[in-house]
Amino acid sequence: MSDSHAAHGHADAPGNNSPFFQHHFVTMTQQASAAKLGMWLFLVQEVLFFSGLFMFYIIFRYLHPDTMLWASEHLLDKTMGGINTVVLLFSSVTMALAVRAGQVGNKQHQVTYLAITIVCACIFLCVKYVEYSHKFHMGALPGHFYSYAGNIPGEPQTFFALYFCLTGLHGIHVIAGIIALLWLMKRSARGDFGPTYYAPLELTGLYWHLVDLVWIFLFPLLYLIH
Amino acid sequence: MASIAETHTGPHDGGHHESYLTAKRGIASWLTTVDHKRIGVMYLASILFFFFVGGVAALLVRTELLNPGKDLVEHAVYNQLFTLHGAIMVFLFIVPSIPASLGNIVLPLMLGAKDVAFPKMNLASYYFYVVGAILFILTIVLGGLDTGWTFYAPYSTTTSTSVISATFGAFVLGFSSIFTGINFLVTIHKMRAPGMTWDRMPLMVWALYATSLIQVLATPVIAITLLLLICERTFGIGIFDPALGGDPVLFQHFFWFYSHPVVYVMILPGFGVISELVTVHSRKGIFGYMAIAISSVAIAFIGFLVWGHHMFVAGESSLAATVFSFLTFAVAVPTAIKVFSWIATMYGGSIRYTTPMYYVFVFLFLFSIGGLTGLFLGALAVDVQMHDTYFVVAHFHYVMMGGTFIAFLGGLFHWWPKFTGKMYDERLGKLSAVLVFIGFNVTFFTQFVLGSRGMPRRYYTYQPQFHTLHEISTIGSYILTAGLLVALVTFIKSLKSGEKATANPWNGMTLEWHTESPPIEHNFAEQPICRRGPYDFPEIDESAAGARH
Repeated sequence: MSDSHAAHGHADAPGNNSPFFQHHFVTMTQQASAAKLGMWLFLVQEVLFFSGLFMFYIIFRYLHPDTMLWASEHLLDKTMGGINTVVLLFSSVTMALAVRAGQVGNKQHQVTYLAITIVCACIFLCVKYVEYSHKFHMGALPGHFYSYAGNIPGEPQTFFALYFCLTGLHGIHVIAGIIALLWLMKRSARGDFGPTYYAPLELTGLYWHLVDLVWIFLFPLLYLIH
Repeated sequence: MASIAETHTGPHDGGHHESYLTAKRGIASWLTTVDHKRIGVMYLASILFFFFVGGVAALLVRTELLNPGKDLVEHAVYNQLFTLHGAIMVFLFIVPSIPASLGNIVLPLMLGAKDVAFPKMNLASYYFYVVGAILFILTIVLGGLDTGWTFYAPYSTTTSTSVISATFGAFVLGFSSIFTGINFLVTIHKMRAPGMTWDRMPLMVWALYATSLIQVLATPVIAITLLLLICERTFGIGIFDPALGGDPVLFQHFFWFYSHPVVYVMILPGFGVISELVTVHSRKGIFGYMAIAISSVAIAFIGFLVWGHHMFVAGESSLAATVFSFLTFAVAVPTAIKVFSWIATMYGGSIRYTTPMYYVFVFLFLFSIGGLTGLFLGALAVDVQMHDTYFVVAHFHYVMMGGTFIAFLGGLFHWWPKFTGKMYDERLGKLSAVLVFIGFNVTFFTQFVLGSRGMPRRYYTYQPQFHTLHEISTIGSYILTAGLLVALVTFIKSLKSGEKATANPWNGMTLEWHTESPPIEHNFAEQPICRRGPYDFPEIDESAAGARH
């Protein structure tokens, strides 16, 4: 019955008087590291989620290399894809800067960098919209909806299924990212984040980098093959 | 003090804390709760409901098979019934059964934590489960499903039944499963009580850890597969259907890449429960603690490499089939380590013949048969003969029902006093175990014989020479049902008029026994500290001391 643990003696640990401290944790550090591990695990499952589609890509390319080459060369716009790659890479930089601004508690910088990140994400979606509408126009669509007049070898309707699945799922992730970033911007403007509490910024940053990374794979795999 | 933990305020003098059941009142306080114990109770109620629905479907199937030809329903309805039974039992009962209900309640208690790491996500995961369940019910309303629970393409992309609502339901349930997995992994890594090193964690926690790993790593693959299946049905894209230029074996690869590991999601928590029950009721430290702990993780790992054994007759290359066959045999090693360790634990212990211990015996007998017949099916030549026969049906029922479900029921009896604060009638509980044991064997052992004689699975009717065996199997299923009803009566009677349970009715050493029954809202009045291993029973210490002096 001796030597009891002073569980409630942590009130003086850094961050434990923060309004964002959740009391089922012992310290703010424990809370932050739990959140971070949770986010990494979530990202692992995201990678596996996309992996099914990448497997689809590998098998399709193995079965119909000619379709892939032809469609990629003639119907995907390298310039637009390239612009989007640069835009997303740049948004990752501003995201990282926003996290840094959160760590040092600079409210003004957080808001600015988050705003730039959101603008980049919107530019990405606009470019994607132009690309998509072009394909809708030509009838370069998946499965039953395929009505493209040009003569593509192999199974072009499946190639466009692959294209829309991969970029569409990625696009949904970009939209989810924008929602998270808007929420962060609101909280940053309110002054929620500082040296002891910046986990939401950091976690959204991790997510945003993954979304970026997926595109870094998609761009060469779809646009740059030859 | 008879516990692995020591605190200022033991469970005895914490009377001013309300139990989690009564701390807040009203339906709204349950539906919006973030307390892991209440969420576990809601899961428990939901999965038991779906076990009932799936069970009724099973009884209808068995009754239909009493005679060849039509007894009760037409063949189209029969196809829907066995699909319903399989899909509900797998997606809505067994996968969430032990982790999300028993695990949710005991995990933070065993770790000495106040809650799981992400209580709100825990609640969200329950609601994902509810949405998935609603989609399954919608499937029944919208005209049913006749693909079998496996949704094999191209049948699933062409049948007129409601495949999309069912697959979308399974997709949503997948996210429920992933969230629970992430939550448990983080909780185990970050929320252990002071002094609870990895080698002092109860084996139930190790089992839940391995389970959660699989949930996080395998479930996303089925999620994307089901999405692709929905796309194929909606847009006619050619990924799985050969008529559209797709590859049906690709679907099987994707499907089993999840669905074989998920077999271990179903059974590993059962192993965890048995490890707890067997030591506590044998009053002896577990034999081979580390071996059991590591073998859980080893099963999780090897489990990812055996999915090809579902495709031995689906056009797999003989090299691939040989490798998958070998790896399948490899899973038997860590599994056997566990079974032998449990038996060695009982050896020389002072076994108490309680209801949970009865269920341990039932488990050991049934699971051993289930596990060993798995080796028959993992052997290439035998599998070609046995594939898609009742032998397979019997094998996975011995593992899933004889293993997981029995462990779940044993665990429910074991922790029932902790959850509800009420004891139950031991005689009734034991009667249920005996009836379940007899009924189960009569039902499913018969099916090994049927299968080895060539009765194919999922058939509506059969040759006259199988008649007697089918009759025996059906009668067995009624005995099994009777046993389960006795268990239900035991629980209801306990709730109505059960004796009040003490904090630690079994003299267990793990931390969940170190708080009141039912536990207080924040689990422990004071942060517990872990000082010993989870199975260092006091009587062992005395006998060891006696031997030394």
